[in-house]
Amino acid sequence: MTGTFDIDLMIRVLPFFLQAAQLTILISVLSVALGLACGALGTAARLARNPLARLLGAAYVSVFRGTPALIQLFLLYFGGPQIGIHLDAVTASVIALGVNIGAYMTETMRGAIVAVDKGQTEAARTLGLGRARAFVDVVLPQAARLMVRPLGINIIAQIKTTAIVAAIAVVELTYTAQRYIGSTYKPFEMFILAGLIYMAIIYVVSLLIRWLDRKVQLP
Amino acid sequence: MRPDFSVLLNFWDTLALGAFWTIALTGVASVISVVFGILFAVVALYAPAPIRWPVRAFEWVFMGTPLLLQLFLIYFGLITIGIDLPAFVAGALGLGLYFAVYNSDIIQAGIRAVDPGQTEAARALGLSRWQTIRDVTVPQAVRSVVPPIGNNTIALLKDSALVSVIGVAELTLAAQQAIGRSFRPLEFYVAAAVIYYAINLALEAVLRRIERRISLAR
Repeated sequence: MTGTFDIDLMIRVLPFFLQAAQLTILISVLSVALGLACGALGTAARLARNPLARLLGAAYVSVFRGTPALIQLFLLYFGGPQIGIHLDAVTASVIALGVNIGAYMTETMRGAIVAVDKGQTEAARTLGLGRARAFVDVVLPQAARLMVRPLGINIIAQIKTTAIVAAIAVVELTYTAQRYIGSTYKPFEMFILAGLIYMAIIYVVSLLIRWLDRKVQLP
Repeated sequence: MRPDFSVLLNFWDTLALGAFWTIALTGVASVISVVFGILFAVVALYAPAPIRWPVRAFEWVFMGTPLLLQLFLIYFGLITIGIDLPAFVAGALGLGLYFAVYNSDIIQAGIRAVDPGQTEAARALGLSRWQTIRDVTVPQAVRSVVPPIGNNTIALLKDSALVSVIGVAELTLAAQQAIGRSFRPLEFYVAAAVIYYAINLALEAVLRRIERRISLAR
């Protein structure tokens, strides 16, 4: 049973792994989209003039970065029904992971905006642009260039983090690997199969990010 | 079932024990992550190719796959080849090695940032290549990489929740055990989140202190 490396078995279970990978990709894409929205909202709150908004933004980042994503997921999925929130496992995964990565993305986006030279805002204001115009037309385009790479790091981390939804029995890649480890007693083969698929997904995403990063940079 | 946090009082000892094991796990795993981080960094920078390449491949695989998947591999993989590690050891090892790879990256950058004049001076004074690495370059590099390694340690604390899935009775599993008996997930996951947050704040305070002390020593 052990000792031999079972490639036939790997080929036989590959279709199930590829199907599970689709769910990993779906959860990654949706949670990243939600994360970007939460990040933009969080950044707006943290940079707002209203002190209450700033406090809420800071609390959001601190609480969601200060506790494990797994606990946040469990709290939403298992604790939610106690206060009337009934979600299926995939929806709960997308929401929990999206709001979680949003806290990290808030810091990334805010960092990029703060990193734009203050002189840019001052110059735009001196030229007669309003506060909002100066931000949208002058600061934001420059900050966007600084954001692509660190947001890309957040996104790649997120792809790996989606594995935790295996803990609420979402049949994605890690759950599938775990189930086949249990039924075949071939942990190395299953790990290699799932690992290669994760690495392939991450490789493609990193190429996309690099392409986007080149595209937004000034010539 | 309406939330009622008074139920926590009946299980405070379960949670306290879980918190203790989370702290112990984080402590042991972070020591592993730093020790192996240094080891991997030294190998990546100085070792001959036949040793360097397997370590690189190992790093590459560990960086490209989820921690949870690796924990399953370590826990079940070692059993199939006849090594039956206690869950705590397997968890600490998996967690530690995963973060060792990230620490190694940081330490490599730190070593490269040490002035080459330091190596030249050490060699000129008659220290061997290995002595120079061990006594001159690495100590200086480690000092400059404390803040980013500290950030990894905070990430490690939060990821320690994952080892609950291989049966280590740390805080997350303790909360689940209490839920199994009380049927009150909301209360206990909120409690676990609060305890993690408190440990996180304490860890940040400790790290800030270490950073201050090291910068004074310089």
